[in-house]
Amino acid sequence: MSVQITSPRFKDNARHALDDAPLQAALSKVGPGFIGRRTAARDLLPEFDALRDSARDIKNHTLAHLDLYLERFEAKVKEAGGHVHFAVDAAEAREIVTRICRDRGAKTVTKGKSMVSEEIGLNDHLVACGIEPVETDLGEYLIQIRGEAPSHIIAPAIHLNKDQVEADFRRVHTHLPPERNLTEPTALLAEARGELRAKFLAADVGITGANFLVAETGTSIIVTNEGNGDLTQTLPGTHIVLASLEKLVPTLEDVSQLLRVLARSATGQEMSVYTTFSTGPRRPQDLDGPGEYHVVILDNGRSAMLAGQLREMLRCIRCGACMNHCPVYHAVGGHAYGWVYPGPMGAVLTPSLIGIEKGANLPNASTFCGRCEEVCPVRIPLPKLMRHWREKEFERHLTPAPVRYGLGIWSFVARRGWLYRPATDLAMRLLAMAGRAKGRFASLPLAGGWTKVRDFPAPQGGTFQAQWKARKSGRAS
Amino acid sequence: MPSPSAQRPPLVGLFATCLVDTIRPSVGFAAATLIEAAGCEVEVPRQTCCGQPAFNSGDRVTTRALAEQTIAAFETFDYVVVPSGSCAGMIKTHYPELFVGEPDWMPRVERFCAKVFELVSFLVDVRGMTQVAARYDGRVTYHDSCSGLRELGIKAQPRLLLGSVEGLELSEMPDADVCCGFGGTFCVKYPDVSGAIVEKKAANILASGADTLLAGDLGCLMNMAGKLQRMGKDVAVRHVAEILAGQGDDPAIGVARKAGS
Repeated sequence: MSVQITSPRFKDNARHALDDAPLQAALSKVGPGFIGRRTAARDLLPEFDALRDSARDIKNHTLAHLDLYLERFEAKVKEAGGHVHFAVDAAEAREIVTRICRDRGAKTVTKGKSMVSEEIGLNDHLVACGIEPVETDLGEYLIQIRGEAPSHIIAPAIHLNKDQVEADFRRVHTHLPPERNLTEPTALLAEARGELRAKFLAADVGITGANFLVAETGTSIIVTNEGNGDLTQTLPGTHIVLASLEKLVPTLEDVSQLLRVLARSATGQEMSVYTTFSTGPRRPQDLDGPGEYHVVILDNGRSAMLAGQLREMLRCIRCGACMNHCPVYHAVGGHAYGWVYPGPMGAVLTPSLIGIEKGANLPNASTFCGRCEEVCPVRIPLPKLMRHWREKEFERHLTPAPVRYGLGIWSFVARRGWLYRPATDLAMRLLAMAGRAKGRFASLPLAGGWTKVRDFPAPQGGTFQAQWKARKSGRAS
Repeated sequence: MPSPSAQRPPLVGLFATCLVDTIRPSVGFAAATLIEAAGCEVEVPRQTCCGQPAFNSGDRVTTRALAEQTIAAFETFDYVVVPSGSCAGMIKTHYPELFVGEPDWMPRVERFCAKVFELVSFLVDVRGMTQVAARYDGRVTYHDSCSGLRELGIKAQPRLLLGSVEGLELSEMPDADVCCGFGGTFCVKYPDVSGAIVEKKAANILASGADTLLAGDLGCLMNMAGKLQRMGKDVAVRHVAEILAGQGDDPAIGVARKAGS
């Protein structure tokens, strides 16, 4: 089973999110925190924008030769004694992971943070197969014990506050003394650490995602701030890396450039606390590391994107800057988007992965303010790609009827100047008369979407074109 | 002001935009006044819509038809000036996307787009205007509309000219460059979300302590004015061109004309 898709109910989700006071309190901190830190980090690095160009170019080059780099990566992993598996879709990826776990007789699996794991609904599948998955990233652990999806791609529990976490810990960690003091955040952290330590040591398999897969060396790379990823991938006997195919990068030199924009764009750090490189299983001379090393590379619709107009989306390095700067995300949070990937990047990616029929709300629920594109470290033209989905929706007659009819009438009139001028002039004169006393309307037929939340100003009366013409002929006479 | 005596003054086609044409014609006259003050002649050819609502709704066929219509109506002018960052941005940055791979059209479209400017950036960047002859007694805050800011780089220009208005005090609001939640059809498709965004914007406007809100796009202005009025707040909302042209005595957006005036 995968994460429930509620994207078609975006409007209801958004309404609930707007009425959710604790959520709104949590969201009010997203903008100022992330935005300020990113801006400060950018300002300290004069070449930041040049690095963004370079990051874009590296990803474009990789995507143009992805077949080559995938083969190279696979050969290098094998050379290092590891295994590479290609999964066409989510079901195949789940099966591959489950098979590896079963072959090892795994009962407990620890997991580093992985959005691809969320995308394929891995946890529910493992549970159904009798295997216990344990999320070890603190945010992921919190949402796992709540049975929720992440609400942000790098800060999955950003929608929660401390009191909610305390209540969840008391609900789940029932073997601990109920009188314990959990008021301080450090106490919560210590409790999570204690719980997870036992799991790290008990785990038979460790699953991580990957921020990058390096073709020249067969290396997978994760960036984390908690160190949980390292314990996940080095302590168990088997390490499975779960990554989508656009994580490929040609060389370590390329990675070092991309890392310079990744953390700065994400959290405003120069580097994440941990940047961990994994190449193959433990070698005889190594002191630790897994006995087996697997990489599962997921397609799940991405090669179709590669061939089409959404290719630029595959440059995404999952920093989250787009949602951190998005006014819609700030208003409703990540869960309202109704699937795994929220914010502007989710608005482009989600319809590719679940279909435009289910995902149509997301590229529409944008003001096209352009701030996401302005901060994207790999310069993805997110509004343009959202507009691409709106075009697909329009072409396939999926646009909601009121929008379609309204637009159709407007288009019909606007394409006929001889009709537009008298029709608008008359309409504005009538509307101006109706609104003369107050200067505005608190409600207006056919404008319910507008007047639900704000007044509509009465027009001054008569169009500019008509008035201009009258004034000119007045001057001439 | 530059003297037009030596040679023929540049001829500007004023593209009023649908909203100015229908809702607030006084902005069109303010724009014409300013363009003339910058030493140009102004004409208003027959026009309708630049196609932006269709473009952002995914209707490429209508967008293309309206783009061709607009180009044909305006391409003979020396300049095309638009009192809106989003409509100017639509034409200047997005029209070429509609004609990609069409060598018959592309040079014509590019020649046309090179002549298109948002009003305030035309005055400052093209005509070198640094001051206006206007007076407005008020404390003003300025909202940076998204398209003008991010597609056309309009930020310093309106502030430069506002700085020359006698009696005007500029008081910046927090997050002046954050979207107001208008977003074209977005505001009616997702009214709840749009309402939440404009509510934050209204709070920032009020935090500035200004009695007047200005911006360069009528869509954003109508959204913010409508919200402030729904909240019962007494902030006069006007297009920046009105103040720069000395039309500050007109009733503000959404405010009734006093009886007898």
